[in-house]
Amino acid sequence: MSGYQALSYWDLVAASVFLVLNAGFSIVLRLGLTRNLIISALRMTVQLLLVGLILKLIFNAGSPWWTLLAAAVMVAFAGREIWARQERRLKGLWGPGLGAGAMLLAGSLVTIYGLAGQIRPDPLWLPQYALPLFGMVLGNTMTGVSLGLDTLHTALTKGKRDVEAQLLLGRSRWEATRPATRQALRSGFTPIINAMAATGVVSLPGMMTGQILSGVDPQEAVKYQLLIMFLLGGATGMGVLGATFGSLWRLTDTRHRLRLDRLSGGK
Amino acid sequence: MLSVEDLRTPLIGPVSFTLKAGECIAISGPSGAGKSLLLRAIADLDENNGTLLLDRSSRDTLPAPEWRRRVAYVPAESGWWADTVEAHFLSAPDPAELLASVGLADALDWEISRLSTGERQRLALVRALQLKPDVLLLDEPTSALDPPSVQCVEQLLLARLDAGCALLLVTHDADQPRRLGAKLHHMKEGRLFDTNSPQASP
Repeated sequence: MSGYQALSYWDLVAASVFLVLNAGFSIVLRLGLTRNLIISALRMTVQLLLVGLILKLIFNAGSPWWTLLAAAVMVAFAGREIWARQERRLKGLWGPGLGAGAMLLAGSLVTIYGLAGQIRPDPLWLPQYALPLFGMVLGNTMTGVSLGLDTLHTALTKGKRDVEAQLLLGRSRWEATRPATRQALRSGFTPIINAMAATGVVSLPGMMTGQILSGVDPQEAVKYQLLIMFLLGGATGMGVLGATFGSLWRLTDTRHRLRLDRLSGGK
Repeated sequence: MLSVEDLRTPLIGPVSFTLKAGECIAISGPSGAGKSLLLRAIADLDENNGTLLLDRSSRDTLPAPEWRRRVAYVPAESGWWADTVEAHFLSAPDPAELLASVGLADALDWEISRLSTGERQRLALVRALQLKPDVLLLDEPTSALDPPSVQCVEQLLLARLDAGCALLLVTHDADQPRRLGAKLHHMKEGRLFDTNSPQASP
């Protein structure tokens, strides 16, 4: 088992050579991609360097409060992302609140369960474990929730007549919205299902690759990856279900009407 | 049978009228007068205020699905949520007879995407009639139909009226109210006016 190979900053500069070459091609071929390519690469560099710095500070501080603050910032960014990824959103506080709330509930529950039940760091909130795990859980739940909500809102808006046709035949709001609900849940679940199906065959998951690169036995790394995938699947599922049914509840009322007036956006 | 009192939404009303069993009221009026909105409000599809009674039971005391089964609204363009015609009908009571009466005897096996507008219009009506409603709210039920089909549908509606069903009809066909023996009402800027003018009687 080999040890961990540290990289110098010069190694990074050398690794970026092909990316710079691509930028060169873009200029020569007038692809117009140069600007985007350079900005994205620079942005990524700055973001990651900063994150590395902040994580180091938090790890050194060893304080549950700083850890909690970092987690809160992650939730805020992920919540904003869910909001931004929807073409049509719930009006009022429901718009940013519902998606972020479902994600936060499902994500925290699963993260705490995984930390307390299986990973068992000491102390439980140890940022080296808690933050990366929470980040992965949030990232996947965020994708699922935003896809589920976006699909649901579009399906209900475009299928208003179909939903109302069922309502008019005396069906409940839950029955009448079932086709849209099914579509939304399917779309929210698809990324995690695809990830589980392709994992290990097409690509090695990032976390497992990282562990193997830092010298962990592959079989141990696989166990860790499986644990994470189960947690991710569980959190995504609960988040998508919660957000979809929450939004469905908000977009209908007790007189079994479809309330698209509580939705804004979309052209 | 159906009594509507002070029905209003932000866009229409107040509207009051009563509809007796076996009676037909035909509403005419320019586009945008609120005719469809009135039918939607009666069916409780949009938020609205007012006192609505069906045989003395108030709409507020009935769950919305039950109200809509008894006071059936068929919009000008209905929705279809599945791929086949059959999926939109109940298996009992057997819709075959109703379908045959509007000239669509073997429509159950068809696909929705291949239906013409007129076929959809007749199927939507049959779909609502299958629930045996007490009151029918129809929004231009024959607008896309050829004359023989119009006749089929009107015969079906007359038979329902004879059986005691009440009918509220929005129509642009000037002669249809007479053929159905309907009272005439006119809708303008969200208000409903009784216009049983002399020329309506034959």
